[in-house]
Amino acid sequence: MTTLASPTRPRSLLSRISTALYTRPWLLTGLLFLLPALYMGVIYLGSLVALMINSFYQLDDFSGKIVRDLSLKNYVALFQPANLSIILRTVSMAAAVTVMCALLAFPLAYYMARYASPRLKGLLYLGVLLPLWSSYIVRVYAWKLILAREGIVAWTANQIGAQWLLDGVLATPVIGGPSLSVSMLGMFIAFVYVWLPYMVLPIQAALEKVPKSYLEASADLGARPGETFRSVILPLSFPGVVAGSIFTFSLTLGDFIVPQVLGNSAFFIGQAVLAYQGTAGNLPLAAAMTVVPMVIMVLYLLAARKLGAFEAL
Amino acid sequence: MSTPTYEYAVVFEQVTRAFGEVKAVDAVDLKIRAGEFFTMLGPSGSGKTTCLRMIAGFDRPTSGVVYLHGANVTNLPPYERDVNTVFQDYALFPHMTVGDNIAYGLKIRQVKKPERQRRVEEMLELVQLPGYAARKPSQLSGGQRQRVALARALINQPRVLLLDEPLGALDLKLRQQMQVELKSLQQRLGITFIFVTHDQEEALSMSDRIAVFNHGRVEQVGSPAEIYERPQTAFVATFVGTSNMIAGALARQLAGADRTYALRPEKIHLSEPGAASPPGSLAVDGVVFDVDYLGLFTRYRVRLDSGEELTVVQQNLLKSATDVAARDGERVRLHWQREHMLELQG
Repeated sequence: MTTLASPTRPRSLLSRISTALYTRPWLLTGLLFLLPALYMGVIYLGSLVALMINSFYQLDDFSGKIVRDLSLKNYVALFQPANLSIILRTVSMAAAVTVMCALLAFPLAYYMARYASPRLKGLLYLGVLLPLWSSYIVRVYAWKLILAREGIVAWTANQIGAQWLLDGVLATPVIGGPSLSVSMLGMFIAFVYVWLPYMVLPIQAALEKVPKSYLEASADLGARPGETFRSVILPLSFPGVVAGSIFTFSLTLGDFIVPQVLGNSAFFIGQAVLAYQGTAGNLPLAAAMTVVPMVIMVLYLLAARKLGAFEAL
Repeated sequence: MSTPTYEYAVVFEQVTRAFGEVKAVDAVDLKIRAGEFFTMLGPSGSGKTTCLRMIAGFDRPTSGVVYLHGANVTNLPPYERDVNTVFQDYALFPHMTVGDNIAYGLKIRQVKKPERQRRVEEMLELVQLPGYAARKPSQLSGGQRQRVALARALINQPRVLLLDEPLGALDLKLRQQMQVELKSLQQRLGITFIFVTHDQEEALSMSDRIAVFNHGRVEQVGSPAEIYERPQTAFVATFVGTSNMIAGALARQLAGADRTYALRPEKIHLSEPGAASPPGSLAVDGVVFDVDYLGLFTRYRVRLDSGEELTVVQQNLLKSATDVAARDGERVRLHWQREHMLELQG
């Protein structure tokens, strides 16, 4: 009687490893997840926790040394008028930049999602992303030149006889200044410019997901285009607007380059963190200041959820 | 003052819709009677959906005129037309509840909320989904979404309801059930249904009249029986049911004319070689080369002595379930009534 030869071949090490992984899916997942988990858990969240703990320490005014006693002194200090006005100024700027970005991005994203031919859409993508290929600092300095007293904006205003308009704007309290390159308005323009791509892309992605048949159904049921926009397009693309606004809002909250290059002496949160940490050497207060944008973002997300921004996700 | 009634709900006059060089709809004339169940039947790309979209107002003719109840609506936007559509993908708004979806048209027309709620309940009753108002479309099955889409259109009491392949995504049993329901709904409400489908069985079973589309043109308009029993073109004869095409030498031999004829497989009788033909019938001889047993009937492929191949369908009436009337390779005689050879145009 003969037995059938079993199909065993000499097996290579690689083959045995892949079989071991194939029969134990959790092992493969675990191995793949290990590195990102270490990075996220230890380096990323770990330093964030260290920062939070630091915000409860104190700086000894005499020795300049950090005292590791937990207290809320730094957070109380945040409510001093000087710090409060920094926070208020930064949040107002972030809100204004976000609104402007949304207003500019929506029509562009809508055009890209609904009307542009594939070729034109590719070009528009390129146009939106192209600025991100060059250094952010270089672009901010470019705006410094554009907005300067001798720059192209002032020159153009002069040539077309609109000097009075520019002077009027610059003379306006709060937003004005000696020139556009040293003013809140100048900062606002640069902020909107540098963060606009982060608003266009999520809105475009959200609009892309709204099938044309929804718009036709709305019109079919008697809705004029404006009504369709309010009842169908806006609610369905709102998560995209919120996603974009999270970028523009948080990026503005934490930025210190634009205020430094285009601002006047009035501090923004990012500059304050830099100054407390660097010049003043008060790391605990700087850490407490850093917590402010985080808290604001959490409140912002809660408000967005309340508005139903994530329901259509 | 009563609204004037027109015999026709929809009239197309020489309607053409071109996309670049391609004419999706080519000089179509169409008259759809008020209150009938009218089906536009054709393969994909035949122009039937484009015609429906021009009735709804989503698309405009390149040339020609569209009338709705006697009024020229060629350039009227969808929101100013008294028609409603059930979309192929249903197009229910995902961010609204079933109730809000159905009430959408009434809300646009600023109907008061209590009235809206009452009519939504009525509609849910009508489509057999009572108590579903608070659900989201994502919580419904395909068949239920279909019903909601129907309710959302019907609540506006349109005079014409457009249905764009609404049963395509449903499984066979559900589709057959919805066919019966749609037909009885249409008869109860008495409004004009214009139904687009590529499924000829669906078209035959539901419609008062059918327009068969091919390459952007209407090949034939008629009742289901007219379309099936008297197809006027080769396309209609083969797209609606199946037909044997008889042309050339065989046509000359059998009919004495050099024309093309359609002959339905079930009109041909299969008998033993040399059997006597009934009076008034034609007979040809051949050999069976393929037999498909299909339960209700058996399909035979027969190669005639003159070389042509014919398909013959015989109901399985006489023999036991496992037996068939003729086997592969057997010689047979085929005969059929002369009038079942349908002369085609062109």
